[in-house]
Amino acid sequence: MTNSAHATALVELKAVNKHYGPLHVLNDINLRVAKGEVLVVIGPSGSGKSTLCRAINRLETIDTGSVTIEGKELPKEGRELANLRADVGMVFQSFNLFAHKTILENVTLGPIKVKGMSKSDAEKLALSLLDRVGIAHQSAKLPAQLSGGQQQRVAIARALAMKPKVMLFDEPTSALDPEMINEVLDVMVELAKEGMTMVVVTHEMGFARKAADRVIFMADGQIVEEATPTAFFTNPQTARAKDFLSKILTN
Amino acid sequence: MNIITDNSELFLTGFKNTGILFIISGFFALILGTIVAGMRVSPAPAMRAAGTFYVNAVRNTPLTLILAFFALGYPRLGLPSVSFMNAAIVGLSLYTATYVCEAIRSGINTVSVGQSEAARAIGLPFMKTLSLVVLPQAFRSVVPPLFSVFIALLKNTTVAAGFSVLEAGAIRAYLSERGEPMLPGLLWVALIFVVVVLGIMTPLQRYLEKKWRVAR
Repeated sequence: MTNSAHATALVELKAVNKHYGPLHVLNDINLRVAKGEVLVVIGPSGSGKSTLCRAINRLETIDTGSVTIEGKELPKEGRELANLRADVGMVFQSFNLFAHKTILENVTLGPIKVKGMSKSDAEKLALSLLDRVGIAHQSAKLPAQLSGGQQQRVAIARALAMKPKVMLFDEPTSALDPEMINEVLDVMVELAKEGMTMVVVTHEMGFARKAADRVIFMADGQIVEEATPTAFFTNPQTARAKDFLSKILTN
Repeated sequence: MNIITDNSELFLTGFKNTGILFIISGFFALILGTIVAGMRVSPAPAMRAAGTFYVNAVRNTPLTLILAFFALGYPRLGLPSVSFMNAAIVGLSLYTATYVCEAIRSGINTVSVGQSEAARAIGLPFMKTLSLVVLPQAFRSVVPPLFSVFIALLKNTTVAAGFSVLEAGAIRAYLSERGEPMLPGLLWVALIFVVVVLGIMTPLQRYLEKKWRVAR
């Protein structure tokens, strides 16, 4: 582990296990994410990296082990879980903007309905966030009227509107056309620079090199390798990681 | 035509009561059906079980039996008495709510899981996820089946005629008592139903479908 991981953990997973029937999708996962750290999770499909990401805000339940955020164990369900989720921003592969609401309403829904913010304050906040991701002039449109890259930037603004302590990104650029990937990555790099704690499941080496403090490589539900981005990409230790990197880097 | 003009007060009262039965039962069925649909997708197993039991029990009972219970069985329970009209409203509401529930539930299934995951991820609890994100989208895709349910309700109100409610279905019986021929009376009642459905329900359905067209 790098030094940053020894500081106070914002997110901590201890001995986490999960099965999908016979498939051991998370196999004894131990992980600490420090405040301000940017962690990139990499691995072949089916390695459990998305499940790991989703387990952090309990969109995916776990069989055994514990997930804590700022030392508090994730509540099982109900209002307490909802409150905790408000502190954990999530960005999905398929954007998942609320299809029946305008861009502005997508961003203001959480602040108004979860935090009880007034409509005018929420709109002010939303517009400043949309401005930051470059979509403010489209705030009256519906999600379907925007490109994928624009929708994903709105999704990031929607998550940021809750002022989260940590942001989870579950393959945020995998559903995007190549020319739209960078506009989303740029926003993410900005966020990382500002000190946001981030867990990012991605195959974007460029992002990992530019913004990540640490990379973990997963295969078959286990964390196989853990290193700084430079060390991982230039000198992977395990055969699994070498094999995986040779496949994606030749592409 | 003479049948209508000679018996206009009969036709008016009949269809007025049909309208009252339809609008009030439809209102309660929509509310109750939505609540039961919410129960059936709830994370709490007890809620799901209760919702499923209600739908299976009531939907699988003939409407005639349900109305017979409220008109004939209920008064013997020694509870506060209700008019036949109110009993019919309760019976029709309970019965129709099961169909409303299933139509809405099929609509809920058309809303992608990602929508509710995104709602949960920003911290919305179950009820708000359902009411702010899932149901508004579900309603859009259930306008056609929901209107079938309500058109069925409109026609089902005639079953209440069998239990002393003077509504459209009872007009024929009253006409017979007055010595009018049966067939023209029946045809007029049928014609008015068709006109009501085509003139009011169908345009309303078309309007809502247009207004709520889903942008995908």
